[in-house]
Amino acid sequence: MSGASSDAQPGRVYWFYLIPGMLGFVTIILVPFVMNLMISFTTWKGIGIPKFAGLRNYERLLTDDTFWHSLVNTAAFVFAMAIIPTAIGVLLAALLFDYISSRFSNALASFFRAGFYLPQILPVSAAGILWGWMLNPFGIVNAMLDATGLGSLKQNWLGEPQLALWAIMVVMVWLQLGYCLVVFMSGLARVDPSLQEAAELDGAAWLPRFWTITVPLLKPEIFVVGLTTTIAALKVFAPIFVLTSGGPDNATMVPSQMSYHEFFATNRVGYGAAITTAQMLMTLVICFIFIRIQARHTENDR
Amino acid sequence: MYGSSRWWVLAAISFALILFLCPFVLAFTNAIRTPEDYGTWGPLAFPRSFDLTALKTFWNNVDFTQKLINSTIISASTAVIAVLLSLLNAYAFGVGRVKGSKYMLTILLVGIMIPHESLVYPIYYLSKAVGLFDTIWSVIIVFSVLQSAFGTYLLSSVMTAFPREIIEAAEMDGATPWKILWTIVVPMLMPTLAVLATFFFIWTWNEFLLPLVLLVSNFNQTVSVSMGVLNGQFVQTPTTTAAAALLGIAPTLIFFLIFQRTLTRGIAVGAVK
Repeated sequence: MSGASSDAQPGRVYWFYLIPGMLGFVTIILVPFVMNLMISFTTWKGIGIPKFAGLRNYERLLTDDTFWHSLVNTAAFVFAMAIIPTAIGVLLAALLFDYISSRFSNALASFFRAGFYLPQILPVSAAGILWGWMLNPFGIVNAMLDATGLGSLKQNWLGEPQLALWAIMVVMVWLQLGYCLVVFMSGLARVDPSLQEAAELDGAAWLPRFWTITVPLLKPEIFVVGLTTTIAALKVFAPIFVLTSGGPDNATMVPSQMSYHEFFATNRVGYGAAITTAQMLMTLVICFIFIRIQARHTENDR
Repeated sequence: MYGSSRWWVLAAISFALILFLCPFVLAFTNAIRTPEDYGTWGPLAFPRSFDLTALKTFWNNVDFTQKLINSTIISASTAVIAVLLSLLNAYAFGVGRVKGSKYMLTILLVGIMIPHESLVYPIYYLSKAVGLFDTIWSVIIVFSVLQSAFGTYLLSSVMTAFPREIIEAAEMDGATPWKILWTIVVPMLMPTLAVLATFFFIWTWNEFLLPLVLLVSNFNQTVSVSMGVLNGQFVQTPTTTAAAALLGIAPTLIFFLIFQRTLTRGIAVGAVK
């Protein structure tokens, strides 16, 4: 190499480019994050000087039935936002890829993909209005039951504690399916088609091929989708806020809704901060677990 | 060679899609009919009347024009600023290979994963302290940084793979890093930057919690927030609620039609990094 590229230490000048990004990161993410953590050890109404309270907020959290209930609901949402859409998504992606794409046309498969993806791009609050309108006692869902002669099954879907959680779970599957489908389809496109063809020529039926070829091949995508949708489930807020605000009787309460309430309705800011800290810890633990499992699997595959 | 089963599969998937998309169709058919028509024939019937009163009522009641302007300014500014921030960061990490890039990228990853809930109160408090509370600028600044965490992460890997010979050749010709960034790197990465900007635009458009907290006055709210605070305001007139839902989803439907390919492909690129 010549002397031209030896102009002083080349690595150093690039620091300059990080200044705007670092300033932003510190003021918008790091400082608020540390503040929130500190607030969680105090009692504070949002005005005046916060009073140090040690671990009292966390002790209270552990004995708060509403919080435990919100965690149970979160588990339900992991089911509705991560597990079910992933399962349906893999199956649907395989069907679109194997049947529609190879036996009809790619364009038709893309059309279906786009159709199922549509709910993903909506503002969740607008989707909430839409579903709130459909699920109300005089809404579409009950009208459909009437129209099909099942009028006796009509319900106040969002107004009954036993039903509201299930109703919102259905909405969440509707919202999430497209994301899973799109990722899985792009995963299938990466796969060598000759593998499937060879298996098909050997006379393997669709379902065995699905289990022994498609699903194992999609493992990396299933991990990514599982992780991102589980994180999304842990912080679900807008659909709950719009549809039920956590009611009736806390039946659909989630940690985000709970902390929002503590922050802005009851002004127990310290307690709200403790809830969000617990939520963040859960998120980090789950990420850690996923990444460990993924690392182990990729090692086994070698 | 293929039996009739493929037709059954096609029929089943088509039926599933129709059921899946019927909320959109029903929002449309019920938003453009009279309340009497709705009351007589029910929400499932094909509209026998054509009436835009519900849409107009909702539009005027929430000053939807203003909401569209707010959302557009916020999302467009955020997309541009966030792409710029991501670009500068990633340039330092990927091309500049500054010391500690790995650690900083890991910290950034935590920044991507943190639930917004655990930042929301301090951001609310700080925005009041600096006088940006209830201005669209508070939202633009916050989301530019939050989106750029993801953008930096994605672009860094692209930049690391950037052909070094090109950069070294330019350095030999005496080009400064600044000049190399704008005359070589940016033009070559333009397609990626465009996808990123599209995503930032739509993500910001759809954001709910932080804009809900930061934009309290009706005048400053976004489309997404104005939907969320409706909360049963129009229960008595179901056609107006349908109109609200339709107007809430219409802008993103239009983006979707424009950017369909970018979006359905881009999400996979972003996810499987």
